[in-house]
Amino acid sequence: MKFFRSHVLVSVDPQCLEMGAHQIVDTLNDELVSSGLIDEIQVLETSRLGDPTRFGPDLVVYPENVHYANLTVDDIPFLVEEHFLKGRVVEKFRAKETVVTDDELGAPKSKEVRIVLRNCGKIDPHNIEEYIAEDGYQALANALTSMTPEQVIDEMMRSGLRGRGGAGFPAAKKWQLCRQVPDFPKYLTCNADEGDPGAFMNRRVLESDPHSVVEGMIIAAYAIGASMGYVYCRAEYPIAVANLNIAIEQAREFGFLGNNIFGTDFSFDLEVRMGAGAFVCGEETALIASIEGKRGEPRPRPPFPAVKGVWGKPTNNNNVETYAVTPQILLKGADWYSSMGTEKSKGTKTFAIAGDVVNTGLIEVPFGLSLREVIFDVGGGIKDNKKFKAIQTGGPMGGCLVEEHLDLPLDYEALTAAGSMMGSGGLIIMDDETCMVDIARFFMEFTQEESCGKCTPCRVGTRRILDILEKICDGKGTLEDIDRLEILCHEVARNSLCGLGQGAPNPVISTLKHFREEYIAHVVDKKCPAKVCRSLIRFEITSPACTGCMVCARNCPVEAITGERRQLHIIDTKTCIRCGICAQVCNFNAVEVLS
Amino acid sequence: MPAVKSLEELKKIREEALKKRDIKTPSAHVQIVVGMGTPGIAAGARDTLKEFLTMIEEKNLTDIVVRQTGNFGMDSVEPVVQVIIDDAKPVTYGKVTPFAARQIMEEHVIGGTIVQANVIPS
Ligand SMILES: Cc1cc2nc3c(=O)[nH]c(=O)nc-3n(C[C@H](O)[C@H](O)[C@H](O)COP(=O)(O)O)c2cc1C
Ligand code: SF4
Ligand code: SF4
Ligand code: SF4
Repeated sequence: MKFFRSHVLVSVDPQCLEMGAHQIVDTLNDELVSSGLIDEIQVLETSRLGDPTRFGPDLVVYPENVHYANLTVDDIPFLVEEHFLKGRVVEKFRAKETVVTDDELGAPKSKEVRIVLRNCGKIDPHNIEEYIAEDGYQALANALTSMTPEQVIDEMMRSGLRGRGGAGFPAAKKWQLCRQVPDFPKYLTCNADEGDPGAFMNRRVLESDPHSVVEGMIIAAYAIGASMGYVYCRAEYPIAVANLNIAIEQAREFGFLGNNIFGTDFSFDLEVRMGAGAFVCGEETALIASIEGKRGEPRPRPPFPAVKGVWGKPTNNNNVETYAVTPQILLKGADWYSSMGTEKSKGTKTFAIAGDVVNTGLIEVPFGLSLREVIFDVGGGIKDNKKFKAIQTGGPMGGCLVEEHLDLPLDYEALTAAGSMMGSGGLIIMDDETCMVDIARFFMEFTQEESCGKCTPCRVGTRRILDILEKICDGKGTLEDIDRLEILCHEVARNSLCGLGQGAPNPVISTLKHFREEYIAHVVDKKCPAKVCRSLIRFEITSPACTGCMVCARNCPVEAITGERRQLHIIDTKTCIRCGICAQVCNFNAVEVLS
Repeated sequence: MPAVKSLEELKKIREEALKKRDIKTPSAHVQIVVGMGTPGIAAGARDTLKEFLTMIEEKNLTDIVVRQTGNFGMDSVEPVVQVIIDDAKPVTYGKVTPFAARQIMEEHVIGGTIVQANVIPS
């Protein structure tokens, strides 16, 4: 077998080609011939190396892994002489690399199974060949050349895949419904709005493995009979948008998008639409309106998008993850996929873990793991040896779960039955220093702010709920307020038009259910048991811990602390604004928080 | 890039892509480093390098990387070659003629025994 001691990969990205990449390849080969190196060094073309606008035309020499950028034909003879003949790296041609670190996604932790995230951090998202090397576009080729759309739907149906955007509706069933509507053309949308605070599962896939989403969408389009697709991506994700656009362009170049894909009579194309940033635009009818260039406001369903979606035509909408996992399912089979998970929740799911756990970040686990395993094994347990108090699942419209739920299996049904939901996969873990009334207030503040105001129950109701919560945190609440809160929550949930209003009361309802005594402590005893709500706490300096070092007094923003050097200091509670700075700066733990 | 029209064509691209992936992630357990400074080349380092490459092809060896470097700074004993096997301490050889290269390849790289006659003590 021919052995080459060195390989040169030259980017032939369309932009590099425009800048003369082919001439560089030719010159390189000529120079290698004339210096007698052509038997030792092989020149290969590859789809893309670095950002062509910064680096093009560029090449990388292996095994040294040296990236040369912004080359011209005139640079080549010198480069060959120096690098290939004399073995010296030519510093002046080297690309100024930006170091990429990956602290979002480390090595898989125990109990993790990576299917959606399998390529993340491993392949170059800008290079379609790297995706193809990992079996990319093979599922599409199989589907298009040897399966009917019905067979694709059947296989997906058997896999048990459910939509990953929140409600968990069976993906293939939605495809089938849309396929059956006798109206054309049909459209496909990908929901990449990902508005949940702290969630970034979808962003990570779009940034690191955009082709999996593109391939999944083409397969779904084939199954449904759609001719055009839109990825609706939030504008706050510029890298995701850029990488998607590169992926789409490369897929077109290889003929995976466009007319007569794989030589069949199936044609499909894709476009990225940038979201305006409102959280409610993630709701599918609002998303569709926004794609059409209208205000991103929900409308009543039915008609469902499968019947009347983009431009009034049948439209299938799925989440990023739903599409991204589709090629893997077709490639490895429904049986393989459905062997993971629980009876009704098959496969794996990505989650963003945040809050008071040791390992925050992105994970992917099979359904059916217990919450305990997720928090304590994958998440590494509660930070600073504190105690677990609650976990919020399902994002701002989800609910909180407590100790008694820790052995529940993580699946759609179990979470819903316990009064929360799967949502898109945000998990916020809280330790025993968290005030649950304050948490309810925090989520309510978010949804109230994001309410689009189209319907009264949500617009007015969320405002009222928030007002009451603020009143309670402020120490001005009454027992009647708690009752009113409960009634209001049920009204808003029942009468709101879209999922935002319907789900907004969930954090309040679930904290009222599991932590009613905390609400009562706030309104009756005027105490915040977790010592979080500012109006209900006070700071006190204790003897003999206080050494009289004066540090607190110097740092207090309102000069509320008095005392002589080496004497016990005293806080004037009337002046104190309860900012907590004194407790932070005291080296002797002499400042106590009381409620 | 003409459009991919069949599964077979895709598979061919995949083969190519896999090869490029392997090129990008060299994980060879033997590294041969040849000094190619001006004195090295003058002393015949190119022929030495070629001899290594020829032998790798002849014997169909895999898992091996041949690199070149600038000057090792040992002019009097050029051509200089370093052999690094896994995590072992690199062995530096001097006066590596094509003949010595053959010997190093057979005895050290394949056989596992260092060719003492050419070793430059470090
Ligand atoms: C206020 C609101 C925000 C939503 N945000 C998202 C989102 O960011 N991403 C998403 O996929 N689904 C979101 N959804 C759910 C979508 O309406 C829709 O159900 C989902 O995209 C369907 O995809 P799936 O079947 O693959 O789960 C949201 C729903 C509501 C009510
Ligand atoms: S429930 Fe809220 S967000 Fe949804 S349409 Fe009504 S006002 Fe808008
Ligand atoms: S910083 Fe702490 S020890 Fe120093 S005076 Fe203030 S309370 Fe006392
Ligand atoms: S809590 Fe803030 S305002 Fe109050 S005494 Fe301490 S530093 Fe001053």
